[in-house]
Amino acid sequence: MGEKPAFFDEMRHPEGSARQPYAQYCEWVESVETNDLRKKSREAEKFFRRTGITFNVYGGKEADERLIPFDLVPRIIDGREWRLLARGIEQRVKAINSFLHDIYHRQEILKAGRIPEHLISQNAAFLPQMIGVTPPGGVYTHIVGTDLVRTGADEFFVLEDNARTPSGVSYMLENRETMLKMFPELFSRIKVQPVGNYPTLLRRSLSKCAPTHCVGRPTVAVLTPGLHNSAYFEHAFLADQMGAELVEGHDLRVVDGRVAMRTTQGYQPVDVLYRRIDDDYIDPLNFNRDSLLGVPGIMDVYRAGGITLANAPGTGIADDKAIYSYMPEIVEFYTGQAAILKNVPTYRCSQPDTLKYVLEHLDELVVKEVHGSGGYGMLVGPAASKRELAAFRAKLEANPSNYIAQPTLALSTVPVLTRAGLAPRHVDLRPYVLVSPDSIDITPGGLTRVAMKAGSLVVNSSQGGGTKDTWVLEE
Amino acid sequence: MLGKTAGGLFWLSRFLERSENTARLVEAGFRMALTRAASGEDEWASVLTTVGCRDAYLARHETVTPHNAVDYLLRDKTNPMSVYSVMRMARDNARATRTALTREVWEAVNDGWMLLQDMLKRPVPQTELPVVLSSIRQQGAVVRGALQGTMLRNDIFDFSGMGSLIERADNTARILDVKYYVLLPTGAPVGSSLDNVQWEMILRSASAERSFHWLNPGNANPKAIAEFLILDARMPRSLAFCYDGLISCLTHLEKDYGDRRPSHDLAARLEAGLTGRSIDDILNSGLHEFIREFLRDNAAIASQIETDYRFYE
Repeated sequence: MGEKPAFFDEMRHPEGSARQPYAQYCEWVESVETNDLRKKSREAEKFFRRTGITFNVYGGKEADERLIPFDLVPRIIDGREWRLLARGIEQRVKAINSFLHDIYHRQEILKAGRIPEHLISQNAAFLPQMIGVTPPGGVYTHIVGTDLVRTGADEFFVLEDNARTPSGVSYMLENRETMLKMFPELFSRIKVQPVGNYPTLLRRSLSKCAPTHCVGRPTVAVLTPGLHNSAYFEHAFLADQMGAELVEGHDLRVVDGRVAMRTTQGYQPVDVLYRRIDDDYIDPLNFNRDSLLGVPGIMDVYRAGGITLANAPGTGIADDKAIYSYMPEIVEFYTGQAAILKNVPTYRCSQPDTLKYVLEHLDELVVKEVHGSGGYGMLVGPAASKRELAAFRAKLEANPSNYIAQPTLALSTVPVLTRAGLAPRHVDLRPYVLVSPDSIDITPGGLTRVAMKAGSLVVNSSQGGGTKDTWVLEE
Repeated sequence: MLGKTAGGLFWLSRFLERSENTARLVEAGFRMALTRAASGEDEWASVLTTVGCRDAYLARHETVTPHNAVDYLLRDKTNPMSVYSVMRMARDNARATRTALTREVWEAVNDGWMLLQDMLKRPVPQTELPVVLSSIRQQGAVVRGALQGTMLRNDIFDFSGMGSLIERADNTARILDVKYYVLLPTGAPVGSSLDNVQWEMILRSASAERSFHWLNPGNANPKAIAEFLILDARMPRSLAFCYDGLISCLTHLEKDYGDRRPSHDLAARLEAGLTGRSIDDILNSGLHEFIREFLRDNAAIASQIETDYRFYE
């Protein structure tokens, strides 16, 4: 077995000295007892449980409330690194919004032959109901979570553009709260850019996108599938922090051409709905008829400009995994510049030659479902057993266009606290971006997800992944 | 405020109140069983009746034993009235109305639930019962303290207040309903010692024993007890107190919303029947009938509140 460090460690150089962003932290962590850190870790867990920062797991026997493991070693990014990332993210998010407007209007990019037409017309994420519709303020993706991975000092890749309803921002905020409680001395020593005004910015950003007829302070509500949804805590948290109402489908109905909520004083109109349910479930009259979560007729009100939906329906066409591979072209087409952030090379299994290559190299690749998310339905070749590989091969052969494949990336590591002390684990990063008609706000940092198992590359919370506080240092 | 949220707050408070009331009844029953020569079987049967789950209990257990009764009242997940089930529902309602609660209130409810889950994991041995019961009561006090100390006095507070008061009035009336015969006037000038124990039980079930004895030192008699629990608006678990409070919540809402809803008139009528009557009047025209009627009216007012403020579709 070779001993060369196969992965980029964000805290330390291979010979053991601290990398610059971590210099002050390392000095501090070397001065504290591991046992004291463990004590803090237990305190943090107690804090999360008391606050009720839990998520529900699907498929469990009972509605199981679990904690997402929280690791108290921060992930640190220096100000200069962050500036570059933020620029790249902003460029990408602008391009995505232009792309969505184009795709639902004139379709210039198809006419220019930069993207094959069938990829749009035959894509379930493309909503014909959105053709010709311009959302209030022209904003499609009010909230984006751009998943980034790092493989070296200056090597970042975009893994996914979450342009539908990215989740996890409450963990970003509560992780920071927890760290401030646990380690006040660290924050007085190290200057970390704050994240706490996210809910205020979110409210402001959503309000700026209110329908034009809306005068005065718009009424904002968060639409949740309900108490048993895995992200219910987050929905309640955001509504609470924004001072918005938390509604379910049955609290809403269409009254006199507006979407209104049932209050103790009758039905009152809603201007902006931050909906945390999928397109498919949002309106049983226009989409999935069996949906009990949505609001019958809401899509008609939306198309008539009577309500803002965040994010707009149909944005899924921009974060679809098959479209993803065209992102460099999309960025260039709409911004006239080369993409600042790189894409992970992606094999489209729909093409016969590529499929052949993918099947031959299955044990080296990561294969994903085009419409999958949450780490479900995904194969990590190098970690899979023979049986798993064989089973996946059959799935691929049966429906190749349902899959894309990517090389297994050497994700960077950051240490976590384990029984044996600090040990490296793989991480990714999801920064949160707010888009309004005249601004793009990117919260410095975001949610660092970490695979808690040694060697594992899967960071999703549904697959046992944990989270860390993410620090962007003041410059 | 959303109708659903108003409903969630109303029921959150009802469930919190209910869990405390059940714990208090178990405490009174337990004490009764210790002080009486008999097995206490009758007492446990009457506690089960007061809580409203005697038939369901008998469908599960053949006889009423102290152990089974306590277990059924505290821990049984199949019993929707058990402290466990009621607290679970309280916590679900708190989760559903989190945006209307302060962090302190939410944490008090959540802490209470976590502690309870822990304490009720296994059957509670008799020796630990007093500790468990008093800690259930304490949790209730912590939540109430957080509500009083941190919540804004707006419609949120009114809906939550109405839930506790409706539930509490129901509970006190149920205690009287089950034990009314003990309070009926008898020819005897002095109650027997058995009567004394029964009276004590009633007072304890309503946490009223201390205050009653302050007001009536050395003079426990059924009429004074009935008067205290029904008509004395100073006593926080009396029917008069509950309706006084309910009217004040409804009056706040009337001011706040600018209109008066039907539940307000119903409650005002019931309250007038409490303030305008003497205990002799009530006893002469039949204590039991009076209580039955009160329970019916109280339930009707609760459901009118649900309609008036659009708790459900």
